[in-house]
Amino acid sequence: MNRELKRVSIVVLLMFLALLGSTTVIQVFQADSLSADARNTRTLYDSYAVERGAILVAGEPIAQSMPVDDDYKFQRTYSNGPLYAPVTGFIPLNGAPTGLEHAMNAELSGTSNAQFFEKVNGLITGKNPKGASVEVTIDPVAQQAAWDALGNLTGSVVVTEPKTGRILAMVSKPSYDTNLLTVHDNQQVADTYQSLLNDDSDPLINRGINALNPPGSVFKLVVVTAALESGKFTPESAFPNPGTFQLPGSSAVVINSGGGTCGGGDTVTIATALRLSCNIPMAELGLQLGDKAIRDTAEKFGFNSDYTVPLDVSQSVYPTDLDDAQTALSAFGQTDVRATNLQMAMVSGTIANGGMAMAPNLVEKVIAPDLSPLQVFEPKTMKRVMSAETAATITQMMVNGVQDGAASNARIDGVKVAGKTGTAENAEDEPYTLWFTGFAPAEDPKYAITVLVEDGGGLGQTGYGNLVAAPIAKQVLEAVLNK
Amino acid sequence: MMPVSSNRSTTTDAPARPGRVRRLHLPQKLRNLELFLLLIACGINAATVVLVQLGALGRIDTTLVLLGAGLSVLVLGMHVVLRAVAREADPFILPIATLLNGLGIAMIYRIDLANKESGWASAAVRQTVWSALAIACAIAVVLIIRNHRVLFRYTYIAGFVGVALLLLPLVPGLGREVSGARVWIGVGSFATFQPGEIAKIALAVFFAGYLVRNRDSLSMVGKKFLGMRFPRLRDLGPILVVWALSMSVIIFQRDLGTALLYFGLFLVMLYVATGRLSWVLLGMSLFLGGALIASQTLDYVNGRFTNWLDALNPDVYGADGGSYQLVQGLFGLAKGGLLGTGLGQGRPDITPVPQSDYIIASLGEELGLAGLFAILALYLLFVARGFRIGFAGNDDFGKLLAVGLSFVVALQCFIVIGGVTRVIPLTGLTTPFLAAGGSSLVANWIIAALLLRLSDTVRNQPRLVV
Repeated sequence: MNRELKRVSIVVLLMFLALLGSTTVIQVFQADSLSADARNTRTLYDSYAVERGAILVAGEPIAQSMPVDDDYKFQRTYSNGPLYAPVTGFIPLNGAPTGLEHAMNAELSGTSNAQFFEKVNGLITGKNPKGASVEVTIDPVAQQAAWDALGNLTGSVVVTEPKTGRILAMVSKPSYDTNLLTVHDNQQVADTYQSLLNDDSDPLINRGINALNPPGSVFKLVVVTAALESGKFTPESAFPNPGTFQLPGSSAVVINSGGGTCGGGDTVTIATALRLSCNIPMAELGLQLGDKAIRDTAEKFGFNSDYTVPLDVSQSVYPTDLDDAQTALSAFGQTDVRATNLQMAMVSGTIANGGMAMAPNLVEKVIAPDLSPLQVFEPKTMKRVMSAETAATITQMMVNGVQDGAASNARIDGVKVAGKTGTAENAEDEPYTLWFTGFAPAEDPKYAITVLVEDGGGLGQTGYGNLVAAPIAKQVLEAVLNK
Repeated sequence: MMPVSSNRSTTTDAPARPGRVRRLHLPQKLRNLELFLLLIACGINAATVVLVQLGALGRIDTTLVLLGAGLSVLVLGMHVVLRAVAREADPFILPIATLLNGLGIAMIYRIDLANKESGWASAAVRQTVWSALAIACAIAVVLIIRNHRVLFRYTYIAGFVGVALLLLPLVPGLGREVSGARVWIGVGSFATFQPGEIAKIALAVFFAGYLVRNRDSLSMVGKKFLGMRFPRLRDLGPILVVWALSMSVIIFQRDLGTALLYFGLFLVMLYVATGRLSWVLLGMSLFLGGALIASQTLDYVNGRFTNWLDALNPDVYGADGGSYQLVQGLFGLAKGGLLGTGLGQGRPDITPVPQSDYIIASLGEELGLAGLFAILALYLLFVARGFRIGFAGNDDFGKLLAVGLSFVVALQCFIVIGGVTRVIPLTGLTTPFLAAGGSSLVANWIIAALLLRLSDTVRNQPRLVV
């Protein structure tokens, strides 16, 4: 009997060895791959257990993690969610974060390399790690003014500081409440997200940096820059001034926005054409410049390239391989030219900054939990787009446009405002896209502003930039200049 | 009876004699060792509950500590009873059972905290009360059964009781189905009980008694084939009956684990009693054949196999009755890693039924591989102490019973933990002493009591029988 018992003992021992082996395999060898499994909610919860850093505007949190008594430990809370949605984005329960929550995720969650020692410290002391806070460049006055001025229109307002590239305001409408997407209820988040996604007004799109529209007449700033920088043209260069213009190799004709000729006379100068925002002289200028010269200048401004602020900015487009008719159309921002609001803000910001393009930037600094600064962002120059003289010349033309031209509704008493409006055609029966881009004060620019209004501002094909976009810019500029 | 050990004792009898002189002081030493270990076990249990509270609540709450103190008093009471009526009982069994029971309560309590349950809704409170009841039963067993041989007299009654308990859940109106398996009984919505847990003791007694009576005919007679002596057809009766019983558990109670447990228990006792490997081969092929047919014809058995082999497949994972639970358990274990998250600091409550079937995954998450190894070592030691009785015993009924009772604990651990860690397909069984569940606690404490009684008898007997 004991011989059998000995054998059974060995079997029992083998059984337990199998258990020791299986637990070792799972807890040691497979642990990493199991933890990395997308279905592993423990890993997800862990990422929430970190007290995520706040996003600050002028020292006040617009996004912060509040301790709560559930599995996630912290509830992400946004103060004034709709106002700051394009800046903060949101971090949903089971999905990818957006906005700065995405772009600065490593810093906010405390996993960036700069926070390495903090992580090690947390591991040793058993203290819960804390993420760093991110202070943004947003000026709360400018943001609120832009929000108010845009009213119920679909569009965006971007205000930048021309000398540094700081983004002082970025408003996009219609907006949404980011708080609804961070509730600790997967189903509710999914439902809210789906309904926002299905909404025809696309509230989830940040129209400051991710909506591509034909720039229309605001693109004339790029064409005039190309013309003046080419050395072949001056503001006084004159072009024939017909009432209609037959596009080369096409039956289509171009007309000026008001109909008729541009101002009076048989010829018209570039300065007048820009001031009155005429299309025909621009088409003629574009044909003389050629699409390559326009494209080169557009690309110096930032067209056809990707950049981050650190949010991902959609690529604005000046197309390649244009025939003459398309080149003529592109000279006043039509055909397949597309621009984001921020791209046009960079155009006027560069002109305001004497021709030097500054890298647009939304993040002022990253602050460690102990309040020491981890990263401070310095203004970065991108590229000299034009000479200071050219910039000054264009500025003067833009000032004239506001004082005595097509952008008159941006006029502010006692302040020299430089500006350019745009009214861009979309498809045949679709409402126009309305623009204003400019800066003030013209002699020492502190604020550059670009207003984008989609969907014709509710006026279909009867609205125009000076009617809808310019007054918004005026209202925002007044608010920040009187601050 | 012919004790095998007696031959060896006589050949090495020179060093044995001085040992017998020392025996005068031995019982005292055994009980003092037991007391010492018991105090350590109670200390660890109290510390575990406190750590759970600090980890999950961040403060200390005295109610459960008081309940735990009550349990400690009870096990110390059992120790006192042993001093009186089983002075030479094994000193390790009681501390191990106490420690496992305490660890289980702490983990169940931890899950309660995660689910925000308290009072009678709290599984930990119920488990504590059941523990008290179970320990009381164990004390009663030690007190009433002064000599295990009385059980030999009730062999067939035990067999009848075992089968009856096993089939009880099939009685209409009495049986309850919990998560697919019909292994529970209940009156109204109250007091559910798994009679199968108690049945395993009755069946161990029956198998031991029956095999001791009939082992000669089962082992001596038969034809030689392939170098092994195979039993006669007419001796196949018992194994076929047990096989049929196991299969009916699989089919009617939909419980693979219980069937495997009983059949495994019977096979091992049969093998130890007869010494014939042919029985094991025959039994294993019968069971595997039955299981194979079941896996082809019964959906739930088939599902268990699919979940086992292909757990991480998204289709299997998402399926109704799929591997979701199994994979969540694996995630928990992976989270635990080598050293665990610390008590109260993991998320074992994500896994379904983390306090019963999956308590080992919960413990693995918070105590890590280190903690699981310690727990497995405790089980192995418990089983080894039981086998020791089997080795040292000198009546075959006692030997067989001790082997059966300890093996059933070992096999149950293997089936549950092996299921959770994907050694074998997952089947629902409770982890002895640890898992939430009153019937399981009562059964395992009775097993502990019987082993204590058996170990006492073994040591008390004169070593040499001529």
